[in-house]
Amino acid sequence: MGTISAIRDIFPVLAQGIEVTLLILLASAVFGYFMAFVGGFGKLSRFFVIRKLSGLYIEIFRGTSLIVQLFWLYYALPILFDIHLGNDFWVGALAIGLNYGAYMSEVVRTSINSVADGQREAATALNMSSFQQMRFIIFPQALRMMLPEFGNYLIQMLKATSLVSLIALKDVLYYGEIMRSSNISMAPTIYLLLLLFYFILALPLIFLTRRLEKMSKKGVASQ
Amino acid sequence: MSNWKWDVFFDAFPIIIKGLYITAGLTVASFAFAIIFGFVWTFLRRVPFKPFQWLVIWVMEFIRSTPPLVQLFFIYYAFPQLPVIGMTLSPFVSGMIGLGIHFSTYISEVYRSGIEDVQKGQWEASTALNFSTYKKWTKIILPQAIPPTIPMLGNYLIIMFKEVPLASTIGVIGILQLANNYGAKTWDYVEPLTIVALLFLLLSYPSAVLVKKLEKKMNRNFSKNNMFEKSS
Amino acid sequence: MIQIVKPIVSYKNVYKSFGDFEVLKGIDLNIAPGEKVAVIGPSGSGKTTIIRLLMTLEEPTSGDIYVEGNNLWKMERRGEMVPANEKHLREIRGDIGMVFQHFNLFPHMTVLDNCTISPIQVQGIDKEKAKAYAIEMLEKVGLGDKLDNYPDQLSGGQKQRVAMARALVMKPKVMLFDEVTSALDPELVGEVLEVIRGLAEEGEMAMILVTHEMDFALDVADRVLFLDKGVIAKRGTAKEVLQDSDDERLQGFLKRYRS
Repeated sequence: MGTISAIRDIFPVLAQGIEVTLLILLASAVFGYFMAFVGGFGKLSRFFVIRKLSGLYIEIFRGTSLIVQLFWLYYALPILFDIHLGNDFWVGALAIGLNYGAYMSEVVRTSINSVADGQREAATALNMSSFQQMRFIIFPQALRMMLPEFGNYLIQMLKATSLVSLIALKDVLYYGEIMRSSNISMAPTIYLLLLLFYFILALPLIFLTRRLEKMSKKGVASQ
Repeated sequence: MSNWKWDVFFDAFPIIIKGLYITAGLTVASFAFAIIFGFVWTFLRRVPFKPFQWLVIWVMEFIRSTPPLVQLFFIYYAFPQLPVIGMTLSPFVSGMIGLGIHFSTYISEVYRSGIEDVQKGQWEASTALNFSTYKKWTKIILPQAIPPTIPMLGNYLIIMFKEVPLASTIGVIGILQLANNYGAKTWDYVEPLTIVALLFLLLSYPSAVLVKKLEKKMNRNFSKNNMFEKSS
Repeated sequence: MIQIVKPIVSYKNVYKSFGDFEVLKGIDLNIAPGEKVAVIGPSGSGKTTIIRLLMTLEEPTSGDIYVEGNNLWKMERRGEMVPANEKHLREIRGDIGMVFQHFNLFPHMTVLDNCTISPIQVQGIDKEKAKAYAIEMLEKVGLGDKLDNYPDQLSGGQKQRVAMARALVMKPKVMLFDEVTSALDPELVGEVLEVIRGLAEEGEMAMILVTHEMDFALDVADRVLFLDKGVIAKRGTAKEVLQDSDDERLQGFLKRYRS
């Protein structure tokens, strides 16, 4: 079948997309984590309007599909809002970041809420301000609970990067699709290589998440 | 926002909503596939042979941590090319199998946690009563393990509903594909895509609220059962 | 007993409800500087709530609490008394410290850090000085060798002693003890009571002890309050309340705890 030689032909082509895949992942992750804290803390705000706005953001992005959001932003940003990000790269990162940011907002919120009440009470007894309580006592413990979830969502975001090929960003899947459309008989090798590629990228994240899970059980007083 | 066109919105709406049958149909079909296939994983993992268990765990991990989009492409484009087993599948069936297998690995974890939560005494009792393995599972273990997982399964139904539009990439003509087709014809994409987003929101948000309620109710019932267990 | 000295803490007709349930129904109470007061009573009588109001963990429904003459829960703004803001609460509650039933140590910090975080961050004390004083207090509670341990490496009794050192480093004028031995294994109760006894003997700090340890209360407290159904049903010296009273409900209560 000449699979080896087929791999030799296919691999260099796919490899052209590695950089875009990784950069999209990086940008979406940074943006997603940022939105997670914005949304999570927003939902815990003492101001009604901020709470409602955060809730709206979270429910809209969790309630619709990432692929729909991606297309919508792709078309709507320039047409409706006259926002031109200059590069579709940022549309991809924005969509993935906003979508997973919404999911992770709930992680941030529930982690903060699940630090035991006694911790806040002890901090009050030591005369800390609300801000100091959050900064020194609540947040450091909540973060330990968030990290494994953040790791899980990083794997989800890695999987989601494949969608950017649909708005013609040149990631690994994009190059795979080009090759497949010119030679359908190569399809099995192309897709197996692609799946392997994503899996190899996911592996360290899987191990990292497992470690974070173990670590998160220490140094936390949860309810 | 001056470029928003209500006439396009109302023109596209009846066209797109027709795709809801396909979208909902594929959701149900792939979910059914996933809840059945989930059992397969769960039982494969219980085969008392360590290397095999290990293999199953890593195959599941592989399926779980690679993009469902690529998996769909594999089933639709690559599967027919495979020697001997290869055959051409329709977009709908490809979507059902692709999404079904992907999410079966998640659902299998749900079953596993359900089974692990069945109290040890129940296993011992069914052994003591000399039940056959088949009877032990169908009469004792599963009837207790599955009901508490129903809210979680409900969650996955909603999650899968939101993943179904991925299948538009292999030609399943649900609401997303109809919106894209509308856009391709008229160059108006925003309004039809907004309709799609609204439909998803309108269907998934109330369902999520419903599942949450169910979850609360079940938790209460479940803890009641536990209390009963302890005191009796 | 006539109090000549100005009370350090006083409750004036304090009520507290949780929803429909009225926990405290008109508490009047003065505590002198350095005085040791034990609060006893059946569970649900509101004894923990009394000290939680003083620590600002709960807000009274009505009535006033004064610390050194300052209204804790109300402040003056443009000639009017308005509900206190955080700044006001922090100014006043700085004189109060508390030890909890479940210790509430910070699990992500070492023993030493538990005891220095607030002196450094809240009181703005120099790091080295805060450390030195924290070590001194930890030695006082017999844990000078556990500075770098994390709370989950300690026994319950040790945790509670760290919690006391952590409260002591803030140099409170009033220390509140909320059933500090009831979450401990019986064999660990002694070491914790010993530390409290030592603090009581030093004398300068006022103490309010919510407790079930009647013998301990008799030994340490200047005054005992018997709380029942949200009111102070009996008050007096430890001997008056715990030994000489013929109050029926009090006797019934004491019988249950002295078996």
